[in-house]
Amino acid sequence: MKYVDEFRDPQAAQRLVEEIRRLATRPWVLMEVCGGQTHGLLRYGIEESLGGAVELIHGPGCPVCVTPAEDIDQACVLASRPGIILASFGDMLRVPGHNGSLLEARARGADVRPVYSPVDAVRIAQAQPDREVVFFAVGFETTTPATALAVLQAAEAGTDNFSLLDAHVRVLPAMEAVLAAPENRVQGFLAAGHVCTVTGFEEYHELASRFGVPIVVTGFEPVDLLEGIRDCIRQLEAGTATVTNHYARSVRPGGNTAAQGIVNQVYEVADVAWRGFGVIPAGGLRLRPKYQHYDARHRYQITASRTSGSDTHIDECPAAKVLAGRMKPPECPQFGTACTPTTPLGAPMVSSEGACAAYFRYRPGTAEAHGTVGTEAGAQPEDRTGVKH
Amino acid sequence: MCLGVPGQVVHWVSHDPLFAAAEVEFAGVRRTCQMACVPDAKVGDYVIVHAGIAISRVDRDEAEKSLAELQQLGLLDELSNDA
Ligand code: SF4
Repeated sequence: MKYVDEFRDPQAAQRLVEEIRRLATRPWVLMEVCGGQTHGLLRYGIEESLGGAVELIHGPGCPVCVTPAEDIDQACVLASRPGIILASFGDMLRVPGHNGSLLEARARGADVRPVYSPVDAVRIAQAQPDREVVFFAVGFETTTPATALAVLQAAEAGTDNFSLLDAHVRVLPAMEAVLAAPENRVQGFLAAGHVCTVTGFEEYHELASRFGVPIVVTGFEPVDLLEGIRDCIRQLEAGTATVTNHYARSVRPGGNTAAQGIVNQVYEVADVAWRGFGVIPAGGLRLRPKYQHYDARHRYQITASRTSGSDTHIDECPAAKVLAGRMKPPECPQFGTACTPTTPLGAPMVSSEGACAAYFRYRPGTAEAHGTVGTEAGAQPEDRTGVKH
Repeated sequence: MCLGVPGQVVHWVSHDPLFAAAEVEFAGVRRTCQMACVPDAKVGDYVIVHAGIAISRVDRDEAEKSLAELQQLGLLDELSNDA
């Protein structure tokens, strides 16, 4: 494929690496917000190539990972009720709650189905009017438009045997929670390009100036990541803290207004619990009263609300610390030993976008240091030809 | 499911505002996608699709680069795995 060569442009990457190393007069601490960026950074060994000019702390950028265990528990309870079909994204089905994962519930007889889109869950409901379909709705602003559209389509078609177990979250309040934490070390952000495609980035200005942190909207390809890092370092060295857009090819300042319109019809902002953070003010969404009959918690009278979720995690998995940037995956005692992609103890190892899965895949050496060989399926080390060291 | 996958609009299925849909091709796999957020996309345009809904238009170069990168990162599985 011709574009692979063009795109993994080693010269451009090398120039950027040298420029960043030249610019940085001390090690700066940056957080990348999106799980795709975490994968790109690790895949290309970008942090190492920068020789200590930056430390990268991985953000909470995997929606499956930040979904509280309590929500998974609620999904498992609903899935086990007779007549209910519980649908969600494939990754979500594998994440353990306190009583196991949805796939384990399926092994016990629950009707649990992976879907590609929330709209597909509505189609299942329409095809099986004698059943009740609950879609376990997780995701950041990239996924919320799909769920909101599914609700609007169900309402338009009069599909009443469909509802949502909602766990949608908003990225910006989580970035604020990171900055406001007393132990925070983050000095600049690489904001998530795809999220900003929907939301735009106008709201980021206030956060950047209030906390004095540069925020650079960044893609997940290696040259994009390096450009984002360079811009952050430039600002930090110059003592400025503004919002810049390095993903202008698909991100406009105001985002996608059609998508925002669909989301705003269906949802309003709410305080919700995140795994790793506890309740984040304005950190999520809830259905507007007009659409409350599509809320599975309301329909099936689940008393626990999304704001009562504690910061608990599954006993042996310290995912909360990883998600809040307080622990790197290889520091977890289970990493690569008890916890691998084939035997995941927590969401960051399950999800294809999770930080633990990324380390397991691209840093098999760190797994070896913890007493295992990183050679299970999907864990082969790959060459890092994108950036020369 | 959080990462968007770029694909090319092959043909429109419906222009209804709420049920707008088009067939989109991603690295050889075709899927019907919701188009309510990109009602102006034309056949041949590239769009970024999240969880079955196109949320933005991109140019061809950007689409090809993103697709290559997703393949590199092994993050294209959802196209074949889920459903
Ligand atoms: S390595 Fe496994 S147990 Fe440790 S934090 Fe990651 S997902 Fe949890």
